[in-house]
This record gives sequence, structure tokens and C-alpha cells, in this order.
Amino acid sequence: MATTVINGKEVVVDDEGFMTQYDQWDEAIGQALATAIGVDMTDEHWKVVNFLREDFKEKGETPTIRRVSTAGGVDTKKLFQLFPKKPAKKMSYIAGLPKPHGCV
Amino acid sequence: MRRLLILGGGTAGTMAANKLYKELDQGQWQITVIDADDDHRYQPGYLFMPFGTYKPSQVTKSRRATLNSGVDLQYGDIDVVRPEEQKVSLTNGREFAYDILIIATGVSPRPDQTDGMLGAQWRDSVHEFYSYDGSVTLAEKLKDWPGGRLVINIVDMPIKCPVAPLEFAFLADGYFKDKGMRDKVEMTYVTPLPGAFTKPIAAEAFGTTLDDKGIAVESDFMLMEIDNEKKALVSYDEREVPFDLLVTVPLNMGQDFIGRSGLGDELNLVPVDKFTQISTQFDTIFALGDANNIPASKAGSVAHFEIDIFVENFLQHIAGAEMSHKFDGHANCFIETGGGKAMLIDFNYDYEPLPGKFPYAGVGPMNLLKESRINHLGKLAFRWIYWNVLMPGRSMPLPALMSLKGKRTDLLETEQEKEPALSA
Repeated sequence: MATTVINGKEVVVDDEGFMTQYDQWDEAIGQALATAIGVDMTDEHWKVVNFLREDFKEKGETPTIRRVSTAGGVDTKKLFQLFPKKPAKKMSYIAGLPKPHGCV
Repeated sequence: MRRLLILGGGTAGTMAANKLYKELDQGQWQITVIDADDDHRYQPGYLFMPFGTYKPSQVTKSRRATLNSGVDLQYGDIDVVRPEEQKVSLTNGREFAYDILIIATGVSPRPDQTDGMLGAQWRDSVHEFYSYDGSVTLAEKLKDWPGGRLVINIVDMPIKCPVAPLEFAFLADGYFKDKGMRDKVEMTYVTPLPGAFTKPIAAEAFGTTLDDKGIAVESDFMLMEIDNEKKALVSYDEREVPFDLLVTVPLNMGQDFIGRSGLGDELNLVPVDKFTQISTQFDTIFALGDANNIPASKAGSVAHFEIDIFVENFLQHIAGAEMSHKFDGHANCFIETGGGKAMLIDFNYDYEPLPGKFPYAGVGPMNLLKESRINHLGKLAFRWIYWNVLMPGRSMPLPALMSLKGKRTDLLETEQEKEPALSA
């Protein structure tokens, strides 16, 4: 666990660079995180990231790909196009949320 | 007379009914449990049946006999809940009114939710061990399976007992070794998560366990369909994993009546307050155990600790008072690692599993996050505890809320992690 500077703001991140403090995130940071992993943000990307942020706030857990598809309205195929190869990891990274996890 | 109606007479429903029966004034409250049949299954046993450790008869008891005789038990399938009228209808036309409703109908494996899962290979080379029938059928299959590519797969989270698929892999490794045919079996663990282990400290404790056992891992695998002709799993990013024998964990969902009643999320889980398990929509409805959407593991252990806290809150709620007790997401599970050994983990909403001693700091006798024989014996003894202590609603000598005593909190790196606010 360490702090790093993203877009001029000091934030706490874990070993893999995922932000750990929900309230330290803002859209400019999201944009900077996306650029860092080569994702070009469009309105569709923002729709997903905003859904993740709102859902996490309500439920205390990063939504799964299935939930983004059924409750967030962006289907799984599309998520793989928007965030190639590892959508679950990439979209939570950009949204400043923990990546999906199991219990061990 | 006030009516408490409990849907589901499994782990959570039975514990809630038996505990509340002791607490409530029996002249004022009538407790009724509704379930489809009389077979109460010890679901943790499903993990062991495929390997012949448990016989089917050891995992089943009568619901009627497991419930206190003062609790009314009715059989039938639930059609719909009408929360505004405080009524529940069964498919056989019967109707039950309630003052308070507890939904404890759990989650079930849903092979119908993945394309191709119920195809020509179902129960032939495509198996699961999350249902009684599935576990019994898989035991038959394994008996004379000649070997080949064994693939263990999780379709999506959340699932009941999230470590069970890993345990299945470890136990299968031991099972084939004992049969002298481990060299004939190629094992792959296919998960939608970023890896087999996702919590840093637990991941370190497990270290190279999978590598050492020769189990390959395919991670970030979002299953799109099962190709029955090729006998392969196909992911959304067009990866294929071929199998001779697939043991999958189908998508887990709450019961369909929850969706029909407008009480569920996209997986038919009932949204509740994570501290009190009261419905976010109706103050006459609680959802306990796997049926709710709290961000904790779906496990009998969670239901047990949750219901200890719930009973206190319930008594306040029916007295018109504020519910002042907060469930912390506490879970405590044994993880079979094969070869007669097991690990033990203890964690909650805020703390990942940590090494240490349990239940007594410095003494144990159980070790947290460390393989030992005594942990394995603990897991086997748990079946007796389940039927004789937990289900009757007797108290365990364990606190409901997680304790940090005896845990290696020094392994956590930041102060926030060590003292998180229980408020998120």
C-alpha cells in the first residue's frame, strides 16, 4: 500500500496501482488512469465507469461483469470491446474501485 | 396472535426459526416455515460425496425433525409474495398472511443460465457438485473415469462457499493420487476472477500450492458458452479450454419467486441493509443467509453469525425500537487442501483472512491460514456440530462478531486497514 500522484493529486493505491479510497477519485483521475492503460474514454466507457461508481456506493462491492450487463445495461460482448482482454480489472481500475475478488 | 412466516427451512431458515421460538412469547407469536419438501441437506457435504467420503444418507435429515416441534412446517412451492398486502401465495393455491416475513430460500445452481450447459454432455462429461443430484451423479462418474483433461470452472461470482471449487481441485488431486492415476489426469482451474487467490495475505499463505499440485490456472475467463461437440469452454474473448470431464459451478441465483415478487436484484437476491438484513423496500421483510445481497460470503457460517445478531435486532424491531446491533460480515471456514489437511480462515466485511491462532489468541488450537491435520478434523467434526448445535439454535462458544485477538494484524500495511470504520 502506497501513495502516488495521479493528475496532480496524491492518492492511496494498492500494490497493483488500484485506488483504495473511494472519495479520492474524480473524473480527471479516471481519465488519467484510462490513459495509463491505453483506454480511450468515450461516452460508452463513461456510462460503465459511472455505473460502477454508483453501484459501489450503494452496495459496498465492485459489480461483476454480469451485473454491469444486466443492471447497468452494457452487455458483456460490448464490455470486452470497450475494455479489451480484462474488462473486470480495467473498468474497476479506471473507476478507482477494488478489483473483483473472492474470499481468499 | 402475530404471524412470523419463514420461507425456506434450510440452514438460515431453521436456525432463525429455532432461535426465535425460544425468544418469542409463544402466546403471542405463531412461527410458520414453508419449504418444498422435508429433505434438509447438509450442503457442505456435497464437496465430499464425489470422492466417497460421505454417503448420501449422511447429508440428509428431516426438516420436520430439525425444527422445534412448536414451529409449524408447511410444504409447498412459493408462487409470489405480495408485500403491500403482507401475504404469500403458494402454487397450490394456499395463502399465508404475515406480520413479519423472513426470506431464507438461499441460492441454487442454474445451469440453464449458460448457453450449452444443459446440452448433450450434461451429466455425461459436464458435471456440478452444487446440488444433491449433481454431487451423487459426479461420484458415480469419478468411480471409473479413466483420466484425461479435468477442468474445474466457476461461471460467475457470487457463489455459495466461494472456496469450494478450490477445495474440489485439491481433493481431486489427492483422490487421483490415491488411485495411482494422478499422471493420467491433467487439471485446469478456470475462474472469472483475476486469479485463483485474490486476497494478498491469503494468496501468500497458499503460495505455490496449485503449482505444486500440478494444477494449471486460466484466469479472467468469462464463460460465454459450452461447446458440446468440441467439449470445450468458450469465453467472451474467444479463448477455448477443452475438457474430457468438466466440473463447473453454474451461476448461483436466488429463487425465481423473488424476481416475480419484485423483491430481487438481477440475480434474484434480496437487497437488504448489510448490518441488520432488513429489506431496503419493506420494514416487514428480512432476508437471511444466501438469499440476501450482503457483500459477505454465501456460507452457512455467515448465516450462523448473522442470525445471532439478527435475533437481537428482531426483538428490538418488533418492540418498535431502533435496531442497534450491527452484523460485521463475519465468516469462518475450513478449507480442505487434500492429503488429510485443511486451512482455517476467519474474516469479515473489513478484514481479509489473516494468519494467527483460533479461537484463543496464542493458544489455538486451530491455526489460521496454515495447513494442519487438526483443521481437517475440525472440518469433519463440523457435520456433527451442524446438526446438533447450530440447527437446534444452541449457542457455540464463539463470538458472533469477528475478533482481532490472535490475528497477525501487523501484516496489514496501513492504519486505515488496521482500523477501518465499520460504516461503509
